[in-house]
Amino acid sequence: MSTIENTDATEAKPEGLQEFTLRLRRYDPESGQAPYFEEFQIELEPHRSVLDGILQAKAKEDGSIGVRCSCRAAICGSCGTRINDKPGLACHTHLDEALKRSKDGKITIEPLGNMPVIKDLIVDMDAVHWKKQARVTPWLLPKEPLPEREHIVPRESMVDVTQSMACIQCGACVSDCLSMEIDPLFVGPAALAKAYRFVGDPRDSRHAERLSNLAEDPHGIYACTHCFKCIEACPKGVAPMSQIMRLRRIASQDHHINDRNNGERHEMAIVNSVKKYGTLNEAKMVPDSYGGPLAPAAAKELVASLPVITKALLRRKVTPKTALFHHKNPDQAQIKRIYQEVQGREQRLELNLYITQPDEDPAELAAHEAHVAEAAAHDAAEQAERAATNQTEAGA
Amino acid sequence: MKVAYWPGCVSRGFTPELHGSMAKVAPLLDIELVELNRANCCGAGVIAEHSQELADTLNARTFALAQKEIEQGADLMMNICSTCQGAQGECQERLDASAEYRAEVNKHLTPEGLEYAKGLVNKNFLWVLVEELGLDELAKRVKRPLTDLKVGPFYGCYIVRPTDRLGIDDENPRDTYLEQVIETLGGTVVDYSGAQKCCGFPISLMQKETSMRMAGQNLGEAKDQGADCLVTPCPLCHLNLDMQQPVVSKTIGRDLQMPVLHLPQMVGLALGMDPKELGLGKHVVKPTSVIDWTTSVVGSVGALSAA
Ligand code: SF4
Ligand code: SF4
Ligand code: FES
Repeated sequence: MSTIENTDATEAKPEGLQEFTLRLRRYDPESGQAPYFEEFQIELEPHRSVLDGILQAKAKEDGSIGVRCSCRAAICGSCGTRINDKPGLACHTHLDEALKRSKDGKITIEPLGNMPVIKDLIVDMDAVHWKKQARVTPWLLPKEPLPEREHIVPRESMVDVTQSMACIQCGACVSDCLSMEIDPLFVGPAALAKAYRFVGDPRDSRHAERLSNLAEDPHGIYACTHCFKCIEACPKGVAPMSQIMRLRRIASQDHHINDRNNGERHEMAIVNSVKKYGTLNEAKMVPDSYGGPLAPAAAKELVASLPVITKALLRRKVTPKTALFHHKNPDQAQIKRIYQEVQGREQRLELNLYITQPDEDPAELAAHEAHVAEAAAHDAAEQAERAATNQTEAGA
Repeated sequence: MKVAYWPGCVSRGFTPELHGSMAKVAPLLDIELVELNRANCCGAGVIAEHSQELADTLNARTFALAQKEIEQGADLMMNICSTCQGAQGECQERLDASAEYRAEVNKHLTPEGLEYAKGLVNKNFLWVLVEELGLDELAKRVKRPLTDLKVGPFYGCYIVRPTDRLGIDDENPRDTYLEQVIETLGGTVVDYSGAQKCCGFPISLMQKETSMRMAGQNLGEAKDQGADCLVTPCPLCHLNLDMQQPVVSKTIGRDLQMPVLHLPQMVGLALGMDPKELGLGKHVVKPTSVIDWTTSVVGSVGALSAA
């Protein structure tokens, strides 16, 4: 593309630079002042990061802006922030992309949620994130006596935990966890992903204890509301919610932990309803999840929900017929057979797309290769540029 | 348009007014529903949590049945439940990603001569409205614009996250469709923080208090922002937000009285249908008694359809 012609009237800017407005949430709890937003104009190439933008504002306009960062390359996890209402890494978000997502042409930058603010964009990770990490015993508890040399484990079993090992402890998932928003005691996505890292590790000897501990905890694995916020937030593809679902699966299926939170019973109530009817039978969900119609807990819950049930009956929303006689799928035998086949397997058949890449589509592959080449060229240019600035800075 | 229609379980169980209103609204939109009444529950994410292969197989079975209808002339598969959309989409992502895995899953279906082939198009009614029917077409059919009705959108987690799996991008900003539909029908969108949050249903039997508080926070926020009602494409959200609302109100100590409409009900209202006919009287928080339909919904027949 030719850039010889530049008809822009306000053409004072060096080539490639663009102006951006950052709207920063400022807050200093020690000042006694309420939080407020402050705008900063910065000028950078659009592909530079939001973090670069913040650092420019800090260097040129206001040295008191509180921001945490180190690697500037999406490795260290220290620059977690909320950009236009979405949590992520400031160093891993391009300015132009952030602008595209903004509603009013300004890039709004706030500290991570669910954690107390220390200053501006810096949150107290110790008070929440690290405390929760410590909660799940985040180290290996191997069988004694230790082998004389290394542990020998099947390769697949270690590949399986790589996804949870990819976590860089940035706290982006914690920021937007909807269960934690309501229940601050919830162990949370990052810590539970870490728990899976050890439950999935064949060298660890305390799987059962780890699992029953997290299944029985009212703020443990069964307190996750399955909202996908953590999957969406994570810059490293850890998919904490998926790890929580695996913890549940292993707790109920392999260790038969019948927890006091109804987690296992609720899972089995749905699984069995579909086996029997092909569809969900909501009328049986409550008693079955609370331990069967005759269990004391079920009776208590049914009495507690009586007003709701009566109202539903009154409004003819639920008729006694739908409540008592659930419709059966005409092909129920097929569904039963599928259950028998799958449940009869010795080993679970699972496909994890984090590990197994999708099949290659020739057209997509070509597009991908072109994209990789382009990105590499871009990175090289950026590196050269960085080296150049470093040199000038060193020279200055 | 003809669709292989999966109504889901809840719409035929505890929220019969959803299935009922969909069936009544469809002809007014020229959508022919071919019901997949031999298909099975999507598992609501819980069967996948129990066994991935089981969930993938059950959904592959539903997809294969839908594909049979598509061979017979249906344009695509349609669902009316955010949770079905998300849970089925998750299984489809795995099935489409690997021919080897798909073949393994298909083995369970061969005895009945069923087979899932990669690439099914399965869209929630919300997506069908915007992407297949089109908002202009929808606007043309409005007989009674929802003038002065302030509506808070409530999507349900499964239909907005994760964005890549759901195909939400610049071209298809599916996480803005509810707002677009509300506006097309002449209503006013209420901007509140709960629109894409969780209703709390998935933990209603495990952590009841947290679940009720979640619902309460969203309903309360909507009320604070002046909403007359919410609208949702998800019957499970409807259970927590409407059916459980008396318990929610009690838990958070606030009388909420916030009606929650199913998406086809809202569309039906704007198309001129009678609130009762759409099953609005069946809700626990009766929209018919909370909203003054004579002032909120101006009965100016043909106001937009003339345009
Ligand atoms: S899916 Fe569970 S852990 Fe993840 S953000 Fe939602 S509630 Fe939190
Ligand atoms: S799981 Fe992902 S989002 Fe959460 S702390 Fe780890 S890297 Fe950050
Ligand atoms: S500064 Fe290290 S991850 Fe952003």
